Amino acid sequence: MNELALLVAATLSAGTPLAVAAMGLLINERAGVLNLGAEGTMLVAAVAGFGVAWLTGNEWAAMAAGALAGALVSLVFGWLVIWLNTNQYATGLAISLFGSGFSAFVGIDLVGKPLALTAPLALPLLRDLPFLGVAVFRQHLMVYLAMALTGGVAWFLYRTRAGLVLRAIGESPTSAHALGYPVRLIRLAAVLVGGALCGVAGAYLSVVYTPLWVEGMVAGRGWIALALTVFATWRPARLLLGAYLFGGVTMLQMFLQAQGVQVAAQLMSMLPYLATVLVLVLISRNPAWIRLNMPASLGKPFFPGL
Amino acid sequence: MIRLEPRTSPSPLMSVLSPVIAFGITLAVGGLIFWAMGKDPAQGLSTFVLEPFNGTRALTELALKSTPLILISLGLALCYRSNVWNIGAEGQFLMGGITGGGLALWFTTAGVGVGQVAFFPLLLVAGALGGAAWAAVVALLRDRFNANEILVSLMLVYVANLFLSWLVFGPWKDPDGFNFPQTVSFAAATEVPRLIKGMRVGWGFPVALLTALAMWLFMFHTYRGLQLQVGGPAPAAARYAGFSSRSAIWTTLLASGGLAGVAGALEVAGPMGQLTPSVSTGYGFTAIIVAFVGRLHPLGCILGSVVLSTFLIGGELAQSRVGLPSALTGIFQGVLLLALLACDTLVQYRPRWSATR
Repeated sequence: MNELALLVAATLSAGTPLAVAAMGLLINERAGVLNLGAEGTMLVAAVAGFGVAWLTGNEWAAMAAGALAGALVSLVFGWLVIWLNTNQYATGLAISLFGSGFSAFVGIDLVGKPLALTAPLALPLLRDLPFLGVAVFRQHLMVYLAMALTGGVAWFLYRTRAGLVLRAIGESPTSAHALGYPVRLIRLAAVLVGGALCGVAGAYLSVVYTPLWVEGMVAGRGWIALALTVFATWRPARLLLGAYLFGGVTMLQMFLQAQGVQVAAQLMSMLPYLATVLVLVLISRNPAWIRLNMPASLGKPFFPGL
Repeated sequence: MIRLEPRTSPSPLMSVLSPVIAFGITLAVGGLIFWAMGKDPAQGLSTFVLEPFNGTRALTELALKSTPLILISLGLALCYRSNVWNIGAEGQFLMGGITGGGLALWFTTAGVGVGQVAFFPLLLVAGALGGAAWAAVVALLRDRFNANEILVSLMLVYVANLFLSWLVFGPWKDPDGFNFPQTVSFAAATEVPRLIKGMRVGWGFPVALLTALAMWLFMFHTYRGLQLQVGGPAPAAARYAGFSSRSAIWTTLLASGGLAGVAGALEVAGPMGQLTPSVSTGYGFTAIIVAFVGRLHPLGCILGSVVLSTFLIGGELAQSRVGLPSALTGIFQGVLLLALLACDTLVQYRPRWSATR
């Protein structure tokens, strides 16, 4: 019983960075911009967050630094794809390659340094509940913030005028432009918010999740977050569930080992990546359905002069 | 205020100039980084871009490093021209390394007596099969289930890496290796034959150059090559002409996976001589940059490979000579690709000054 509670707790914690990053990417993609630079953005933010946490000992300053770093990296991406109309695939890749190189370079002196930060927030009274106390109520505040973020994004997209405009731009930038909306500025805003959220996710990884900086430590989570947006067919609530599902798959290794299952660690570590492939296959089987849900102008450049 | 105006046709001048300008920007950024780190920019840059050309030994090392980049980028250029986004060449490279290395390991442990010359073609085939098989997974899932090839091929990079790691920590571990995660050193007979005695560069280099020639002929002088390229930018036109996008997915992925696999096998049986967890050096990702810098053209891929190998060697030299982290190479690579993409805008658009927005 207690092991199961720990598994749930670990799942929530492992799903949180995926949820936050994927929520940022969801906002990007709803505006019609596909950001393959997520992995690199998260790496830069992870090293920035870790560096600030190392200097200040304050994890919230670290999260802010991560968000800022993520937004700055996305600013470059956004300027290139929105104003210079560069290919979104290639530019995102370039950002990812740059991010992994840059973070490795900047973080060279931080590799392996331990970080001593505050204990996770344990909600008073609730923490003492049987099972649920261990499973849910002894988490880092970010875990709850990620849940709140999901609600916030869903409300924004479906219940506000600004959210409607954002979705319209993702569907048909030309019509939105004709209606007088500043398509490029709104897209840039979406890219910056998306980058900042990827940044928070990156900082969470290096400061809270595994309080350690190691080169390439994001380990494909940026790409998994991208896959999650497809998995969720661009809907916030499904995205959160998907993130926890993946968090659970990541944690399965620990759980199975505790149960005495003898499988090599390397093979077990393949699980999240294989799960991503499997999920992509299951979701994409019906191309018509994907096309129906996908923002119609996703990945396509928009040039107002034409 | 500068605004962009679409050109009526792409500028041929800019499409040649743009990599040159991007290279210049990369050098400028590199110089700034050296300056910011308190090193002499001129000395730092010459370590990065001139020293790799200094002398016979340096040139052979450059050829050695270019070999995998040429092979992988050729396949990727074909993919990207057909609008198939294979981003997982690194995984296909690793798989080729595993099959090629596995064959060499088998010949070594079983003591099969063949010479280097007889083993070399077997090695190439083994590598190609490994890489192509790994890419075939991507092709199958894309073809049958419409699964996004970018994400699938990338996920398979991590899987290939973990698979290699499992092999060298587990079943393939050298029993006399003091518990190091590595296979036994391969027998001399399985080594890639050297081009020049005493230098590390092997027969893989001419193989890469010949592959570039073959790819050039295929792309621009065969009907099939043309078919593939039409399918990329204009799928509707291709369908109308009766070209199948399904077969384009299979052809380009198998070709690029196979070439990446050959590169992996050459690396493992060449400079490495055994399998270790660190076969992956990022060649598969660097080759993406090479393909773009080379304008997705086979001969451009050769030039691009030389430029990017210069950065790879420059990074190593920067570490040993100037005391800078070799991770600088990653920054040079990223900046080069970003600058190139930005400059490429000028191929399609003309900048104009205007008073109003």
